Amino acid sequence: MAARRELPKTLTGIRGFDEVTRGGLPTGRPTLVCGGPGSGKTLFALTFLVNGALQFEEPGVLLTFEENAEEMASDVASLGFDLPELIAAKKLAVDYVRVERAEIEETGEYDLEGLFVRLAYAIRTVGAKRVVLDTIESLFAGLKNDGILRAELRRLFSWLKDQGVTAIITGERGEGLLTRQGLEEYISDAVILLDHRVHDQVSTRRLRVVKYRGSHHGTNEYPFLIDAEGLSVLPVSSLALQHHAPLERVSSGVAQLDGMFGGKGYYRGSTILVSGAAGTGKTSLAAHFLDAACRRGERCLCFLFEESPQQLLRNMRSIGVDLEPWVTAGLLQFHADRPSRYGLETHLATMQNVVTAFRPTVTVIDPVTNLMTVGTSADVQAMLTRIIDHLKTENVTAMLASLTPGQYAVERIENISSLMDTWIILANEEVSGRHRRGLYVLKSRGMAHSNELREFVLTDAGLQVLDASGDPPARSRFESVPERWVEHAGV
Amino acid sequence: MPEFERVSRIAAADAQTYELRLYVAGQTPKSVLALANLRQICEEHLQGRYEIEVIDLVENPQLAQGDQILALPTLVRRLPEPIKKIIGDLSNTERVLVGLDLRVRT
Repeated sequence: MAARRELPKTLTGIRGFDEVTRGGLPTGRPTLVCGGPGSGKTLFALTFLVNGALQFEEPGVLLTFEENAEEMASDVASLGFDLPELIAAKKLAVDYVRVERAEIEETGEYDLEGLFVRLAYAIRTVGAKRVVLDTIESLFAGLKNDGILRAELRRLFSWLKDQGVTAIITGERGEGLLTRQGLEEYISDAVILLDHRVHDQVSTRRLRVVKYRGSHHGTNEYPFLIDAEGLSVLPVSSLALQHHAPLERVSSGVAQLDGMFGGKGYYRGSTILVSGAAGTGKTSLAAHFLDAACRRGERCLCFLFEESPQQLLRNMRSIGVDLEPWVTAGLLQFHADRPSRYGLETHLATMQNVVTAFRPTVTVIDPVTNLMTVGTSADVQAMLTRIIDHLKTENVTAMLASLTPGQYAVERIENISSLMDTWIILANEEVSGRHRRGLYVLKSRGMAHSNELREFVLTDAGLQVLDASGDPPARSRFESVPERWVEHAGV
Repeated sequence: MPEFERVSRIAAADAQTYELRLYVAGQTPKSVLALANLRQICEEHLQGRYEIEVIDLVENPQLAQGDQILALPTLVRRLPEPIKKIIGDLSNTERVLVGLDLRVRT
């Protein structure tokens, strides 16, 4: 993974992070992980230790200065980290350091050799290759002599290098500094900044590799999330794109539409974007797709960000698509949520968890554009990339409905369109008092597909695409694809 | 702490035996100086009613955790209670006496 001539690296086992840093943290060197309260520093460090012990046969030492260290152990237990068990198995040594300024009288010259002794003892006890100091800056509150402290910290970090351990030192974000006590001055090999902001009442976590001496690394801010499975970074630009591409086809649920894709429908495991203004028939197309999959006995998941499941069931029944039996049969599951209810990372986590738990072969997100109100477009793109990546990995065929504000405007989705295998555009036209619906396959990777703009109707027997050689007056208005439909498409 | 309470505690401590533990890491100039300073202070102020135990963490590193030792040298007053910690080479006699509750903080 690491390029030649780069420094040796130690995998953290944190999803995404090892990709962003091309292999993890610098082996045998200390890394500073800093951020504000609640930014996930401690969890990051603990994950590094626990993964080391469980996945990489690298025992670890946790030297913690936090007052609520025991509480922390029970907090991480919810993520499946059983610290007491690791300690019993000699894969982890934990030393809780307490400094009570009130108890201590300072009477002359001293050093922090006691800390070194404890750390060395803990490292020896388990044969540690990984060390975490969380948060050593607490010492500044406990001891008065800053001069001694700084000199000793400098000595400590170089001593850690001599021990050959890969270390994480956490630091609290300070005013105008990465850490309150300017630890970044002492730890110059790698610095990682974690950030937890709340924007428009929506929280987003981000991670940035500020510095990584002697190594290439992604310099972006990466969204990361903390969910039931721990911490993961979303390395948008570094996804490996190694999904296998099945040749199997699945029906769209509309025979004439399958016909436009060479008679066979979509590729299984592909991602289909259906975009159009309100009322153009996106949900109807999705309902047909779900219905067809359920008829084949496949499990389908439908995320709703606008309508309730009841509304959708009722509306679809009016065009002759009854999805209710599939819900009853347990083949179809709905998940309706307001986009504004959580931050992006929570939506992502929830969606991934639901997909993992339900194991669908088909997933619909309607409308995906409503999620775009939650974060900035870069965040949303990062999240969608991650979802699509996840779905593709699981070989799930996904249909994303995209609500475009105007008749033809597609710019809102241009940033995700490149992720899509198939893009279908729907539009309404008013022609001499008659409401007409158009459907156009803008692209469909890896297959021959129709380039015609086709008219379709919603009947009480479902969505029906009209014959391409339909009645001439209807064709006259729809004879070519409006330039505006494709000008932003970037395909 | 109110002055009265403080003084009465010192008076009570006056009659008690002092159990002192000095943590060091090997024979360093600071540890040698600290032990010498400690002996002198005890002889002057606690004659006949003190015990000094020197713990070398180079030999017994596992003992550092129990008394929460970070700085060295550290003098721990184990008795009389409460436990007190005095760090440094003990060259500031005034502060050592205050730390041991043998003198009121001024």
